[in-house]
Amino acid sequence: MSADDRRAKAERIRHLLDTEGDSVQQNTRVFNDGRYESTADLEDYEELKDEARAIKEDAIERLPELLDRVTESVESNGGTVYVADDADDANRYIEEVVDGRNVVKSKSMTTEEIDVNDALEADGAGVWETDLAEFVLQVADEAPSHIVAPAVHKSREEIADLFNEVFEPDEPLETAEELTRFAREYLGERILDAEVGMTGANFVAAETGTLALVTSEGNARKCVQATDTHVAVAGVEKIVPSVEDLQPFVELIGRSGTGQDITSYVSLFTPPGDSPTFGRGGGGGKGSGSDGGSGPDGPGADDDRELESGDDREFHLVLIDNGRMEMREDDDLRETLYCIRCSACANSCANFQHVGGHAFGGETYSGGIATGWEAGVHGQNSAAEFNDLCTGCSRCVNQCPVKIDIPWINTVVRDRINRGSEGEFDFLVEGLTPDEEPGGIDLQKRLFGNFDALARLGSAFAPLSNRIARSGPARSVMERTLGVDGRRDLPTFERESLVDWFADRGSRVGPDEARRTVALYPDAYTNYVRTERGKATVRVLESLGVRVEVPAAGESGRAPLSQGMVATARSNAEAVYEALSPAVAAGHDVVVIEPSDLAMFHREYERLLPEDAYDALKGHSYEVMEYVYGLLENGADVDALSAGDGERVAYHSHCQQRTLDLEPYTLAVLEESGFDVVTSDVECCGMAGSFGYKSEYYELSVDVGETLVDQFSTDDAADRTVVASGTSCLEQLDALLTRRPAHPVRLLDGR
Amino acid sequence: MPTEPLATFESSVADLGVGLVRTTAAEFESTLAPLLDAPAVGAPLPFEGVSLPDAMETDPTVADLEAAATGVTAAGYGIADYGSVVIQGGSAGEEPVSLYADEHVAVLAASDVLPDMDATFDRLAEDVRRGVGQAVIATGPSATADMGSLVKGAHGPIEVTVVLLEDR
Repeated sequence: MSADDRRAKAERIRHLLDTEGDSVQQNTRVFNDGRYESTADLEDYEELKDEARAIKEDAIERLPELLDRVTESVESNGGTVYVADDADDANRYIEEVVDGRNVVKSKSMTTEEIDVNDALEADGAGVWETDLAEFVLQVADEAPSHIVAPAVHKSREEIADLFNEVFEPDEPLETAEELTRFAREYLGERILDAEVGMTGANFVAAETGTLALVTSEGNARKCVQATDTHVAVAGVEKIVPSVEDLQPFVELIGRSGTGQDITSYVSLFTPPGDSPTFGRGGGGGKGSGSDGGSGPDGPGADDDRELESGDDREFHLVLIDNGRMEMREDDDLRETLYCIRCSACANSCANFQHVGGHAFGGETYSGGIATGWEAGVHGQNSAAEFNDLCTGCSRCVNQCPVKIDIPWINTVVRDRINRGSEGEFDFLVEGLTPDEEPGGIDLQKRLFGNFDALARLGSAFAPLSNRIARSGPARSVMERTLGVDGRRDLPTFERESLVDWFADRGSRVGPDEARRTVALYPDAYTNYVRTERGKATVRVLESLGVRVEVPAAGESGRAPLSQGMVATARSNAEAVYEALSPAVAAGHDVVVIEPSDLAMFHREYERLLPEDAYDALKGHSYEVMEYVYGLLENGADVDALSAGDGERVAYHSHCQQRTLDLEPYTLAVLEESGFDVVTSDVECCGMAGSFGYKSEYYELSVDVGETLVDQFSTDDAADRTVVASGTSCLEQLDALLTRRPAHPVRLLDGR
Repeated sequence: MPTEPLATFESSVADLGVGLVRTTAAEFESTLAPLLDAPAVGAPLPFEGVSLPDAMETDPTVADLEAAATGVTAAGYGIADYGSVVIQGGSAGEEPVSLYADEHVAVLAASDVLPDMDATFDRLAEDVRRGVGQAVIATGPSATADMGSLVKGAHGPIEVTVVLLEDR
């Protein structure tokens, strides 16, 4: 990417932070908090997720058979099924069905995917979105910024201004109640005038041809009931075998999405339905006027039409392939098809919370799992633009009701994008960097992906390397060619690495007196930059009677993986396993300081290493404070550690550490040692490895970090010692706070 | 019917801000009367010995629906864990009657209150196989947060009241 491209991207993000950030943040945090609260009330939350996942796995596996089944059942109910290859095919069919008549729609992202409104309007039909948020966007002529709450980026004031300008009501609209009532009446008239009701479907039960629609406003019910013709548009992946299979999804979808235990309406329609209809739209009353709303008695007050029998209602189920059957064959993208579009991944994404879906690009879907959807239905290029906004923090992983490994999908797509681009410097760069990637990969990615090599050099030539790196000319070149933001402090490399320090010093606990023996994994940061936390770990473990070894194992693969350099990550993983396997084979434990590297061992190595190697390393590796907790639980003496004596501490856990549910151990150990601890509850610090260094993302990174800083600047927290587990978190906090933060293990270190 | 799901149902409904009135078949008419704001529309009730007042419009025009203050329908089931009612049926107008009025009054037999979603979906699946074309699990009034804050009463009712027939 050129410096100009980076500048343009930074500008776009800055614009969205200024215009949409506040509204998005306010709304998504309500959803996010609501989800934690609502799922906590669910006794069998984990079992329901497993059940939901299993149903989706099975349904996608058997999709061709279920497609036949649903076709049979819908046709025997008197409806029609059309399986559309792509958007054009779907639109052609729907245009024929609609035939220029007025259409009222309920919310459907799949109809956004195929742009059916444009197609129908070009064909002369009137199309109205009746979901209030979609209506706002239709009036504003804007794209959705969130898959569940598409107008989440607009504040009440902005909506009021929009409506007052476009509709010129007698009394200006102001409150949410007034806006809602106005929209209900305005759209009520459109519903009376319509002949076709178009809905999506959250689920389709093949056995009986039953649609499940998850809604809150009641508009989907009205669109179906009021009209003679019901068109339901859904991706083929929405099919599940039977109505019984809907139960776990109905319990999970509202909680996972907007944090409601259940939405107001879950409609199970087995169409064609026989509710009495309003017949041919516009048969009486006010006609199809666009007169800016209705009189005081509401729409249809003088409409004396009798309702007509619904026995002749037509039903068309349009199932969209549009790339999905190919995704089904793709081992890495297949999981995307399990997605029930609840939005938990977007709501739990710190970057999404701050800048919203419009920043994430994509033609239809944005944020979280959207990368998989965009890559699958619109192609890789559509997923490319802002794919980097996923930092791999993994906070979405435990939130997904069907347990999709969303960061992995983002990583794979990033890898494919890296490989797909044509490189200008192929011949030049390929020979110089030690990675396994093709020449075309972006230089910035290559720099951060090879952090290990960089750190090794930086350490070997320290302190000269630090001075040069900090010099004005060097920073300016780095910013221009590599996009390393000049406003960030660079890490300071230590001349003596942790491995060298330990080799000199040796172990201070003999094999015979040792309670346990551990291999301390020297991650690249601890080894070359933050050696002090490595030394503290050695001393703390030794004080608890543990014999420590520090094998020279290299970088875990986290750095290249976060750049989408999967092949390099795999070769790093293999080398790390080779270095640590003797300790594992000897029955020793592996202790890891950096949570993002432990997360590699516990999560991503499953995809990078042979199964037995992955199992062995995962089974023997522990986060340092988790390990200390285990030692104390098994009889080690807490008095051997430095006592807290009530020292007030503010602790920020690490995103990936929290995903692994390891935060409680640090908290427990600090409290047992006598510290008074408060914790943050943000999803991520915003630094996320290399992310916060990149000039195009610097401002977003700082914006995300400010939320954490706010939590540590309250009256209760402002005077506390700040500790954080992750290197990135420490760098971010160091940059944004005046207090100097440290790793919590250093609080336990006696010297 | 054990009392436990009923007690749970009652507290779930209260959490939603939905009113609940207990009655019997014999006292249904007098229980219903004060709940009706005029004009009221209804869909015929399937419970033995229970019917809507003669004067109530059960074959409404579009204008009747739009003007209705109260809409009365039966509910096929109640779901104790969630405080939901399931509105079933179609040709008799249950859908428009429960949707257009400001307040939906759902008449529910105590014996149809099911403990949880598991039990509900077992019954709903059976019903679909028997040909019941429509079931709406309705939990509280319609609502939206799309206009900047939570508003009760979006396209559907603003208020919901459950009339529980204890002897049915």
